[in-house]
Amino acid sequence: MAEVSIRKAVKSYEAGVQAVKSIDLEIADREFVVLVVPSGCGKSTTLRMVAGLEDITGGEIWIGGDLVNDIPPRDRDIAMVFQNYALYPHMSVFDNMAFGLKLRRFPREEIRKRVDEAARILDITALLGRKPRALSGGQRQRVAMGRAIVRHPKVFLFDEPLSNLDAQLRVQMRTEIKKVHQSVRTTTVYVTHDQVEAMTLADRVVVMNQGRIEQVGPPQMLYHHPATRFVAGFIGSPAMNFLPCRLERMGACLGVRLSETVLLAVPASRTARYEPCLGRPMVLGLRPEHLTDPREPARPDAARLDVAVDVVEPMGMETLVHFVIGATPACARVDPATPAVPGGVLALHADMGQMHLIEDAAGSVV
Amino acid sequence: MSSRPSLRSERRWALWGSYAALALFAVFFLTPPVYMLITSLKTSAEIGGQAGSPWVVRHPTLQNYLDLIGNPHFRVFFFNSLKVTLCVVAVSMAISVLAAFSLARMKFWGSGVLAAGVFLTYLVPDSLLFIPLFQIIGKLGLTNNVWCLVLLFPTLAVPFCTWIMIGYFASIPKELDEAALIDGASWMQLLFRIFIPVALPGIIAATIFAFTISWGTLLYPLAYLYSSDQMVLTVGILTELIRGDVFEWGRIMAGSLLAAMPPVLIYVFLMDYYIAGLTAGATKG
Repeated sequence: MAEVSIRKAVKSYEAGVQAVKSIDLEIADREFVVLVVPSGCGKSTTLRMVAGLEDITGGEIWIGGDLVNDIPPRDRDIAMVFQNYALYPHMSVFDNMAFGLKLRRFPREEIRKRVDEAARILDITALLGRKPRALSGGQRQRVAMGRAIVRHPKVFLFDEPLSNLDAQLRVQMRTEIKKVHQSVRTTTVYVTHDQVEAMTLADRVVVMNQGRIEQVGPPQMLYHHPATRFVAGFIGSPAMNFLPCRLERMGACLGVRLSETVLLAVPASRTARYEPCLGRPMVLGLRPEHLTDPREPARPDAARLDVAVDVVEPMGMETLVHFVIGATPACARVDPATPAVPGGVLALHADMGQMHLIEDAAGSVV
Repeated sequence: MSSRPSLRSERRWALWGSYAALALFAVFFLTPPVYMLITSLKTSAEIGGQAGSPWVVRHPTLQNYLDLIGNPHFRVFFFNSLKVTLCVVAVSMAISVLAAFSLARMKFWGSGVLAAGVFLTYLVPDSLLFIPLFQIIGKLGLTNNVWCLVLLFPTLAVPFCTWIMIGYFASIPKELDEAALIDGASWMQLLFRIFIPVALPGIIAATIFAFTISWGTLLYPLAYLYSSDQMVLTVGILTELIRGDVFEWGRIMAGSLLAAMPPVLIYVFLMDYYIAGLTAGATKG
């Protein structure tokens, strides 16, 4: 068990490309931290720097109180699960899991005990004698996790471990990973581009963009209080609606002008906060789930919004309605019973208590 | 539309074409060994006789084989070939595997150029090399010594074997060595416990190549060896069984077939491993 500390870490390549631009991150002992970003934004590089598979160009990485910048991967006491499993094809499942322990000259009984225990946790006891080629994708990924668990390392590193699995298996394995972490409580750094994985697994989510950390926080905090437009748009599915707007006075309060005809009232509690933005071009951020059908009891901050429906997508438990406000496409998440038809007009309630006001130029949330 | 050939008839024509090409190939390459076998089963008188078809054996005999096996010189040639080949294969594979591993995985300054250089070395014909090599061997005092071949043959085998192995090692997913390094393996453990077992088909291909080169090369033994007790099979058969303008065709053919046996056996026994892809299951796919 150990805390991980990344201080001003930089990774540059010879061509002048900076994959990681001075990031700072403190990960507590036993914490499950998920780095989430669209592909190519430096998350895997960061993880590989912690693993020791990439040299660090600048800054420091500490694991369990030790500066590990110049320590090779095998001496960092970490275990890593790769996206494409990376099982040793010529070894049985048992030998794959035991390999690290054998190299460290553990006694035979201890190896057997640990492998059996990990196999029991992952429900792969029956597979111990098989070769990787005789396993399904999900089973292979379990073995890869087993190989990490048996080592009892200070830190688990997961590099997009579920990306190669089909949708159903991914959900199942996600639960497995969470269950494993709950039982072994090892500090975990997990990299993914899937925000659902990040939200469901993490104690804290780290959103990265262009090699920088945009925001760090518990999943609910990132969902409800995104710091930037990037985070607001990345967390949540379907993505948040971003509607160009201007703030206007509406009596004693403020209103968000979306078009000539649409003006939505801003909750009075936010007047002081938003007043400096009066008259400037801004962006209204409102999630589809906060732009919904009129429901009882009516939300206190709900503002009525009539829209012309373009596309209706029934999802079973809910229906997604697509429309255009001004010239901007937007989406609402409504009850399946809502009578939405393409070409018709639908009355929606915008839950302005959940709105985000975003600086158009800087992209920061006010 | 009706004039277009169906998929089935297209496939049938493709199959017929393949069979015709393969049959032609088999005839072209199998005719010489079959003719050798037929000749080796004839007496000298029958070989010299002009009557009848040369493809028919009228009085089959194993005398040519028995003569050769009973000939102490032939046995010396055989064991010289064997010891040289075993040593050359061991030396060549040790050098090639280590070189290929470092060139494929341990990225260092100039490794790419060096890898290309290894292959270019293979393109230099041995007929160009044997004069400077003769001087080196002479200075080492190894002329007319069968062990000089253990120094010479790796110059032919190592570049190609290294090239084959670089390809095999490069095809092993990078995550496999990263997983092993994190598991605690050193570079040597990575090579011996992961790379060599996983790249076994490549190692076998390279071994077969080194064996064939060492067993079958004529030029170097012909240039460097001239005593019967130092000769290997390729040159020994020529010098022992061709005396002036007298060719003992029956025994030459029997000797050549016997000499070809070890490489054939090696191919037969190792072919299954050679074809088997051992990386299945390592990663997704």
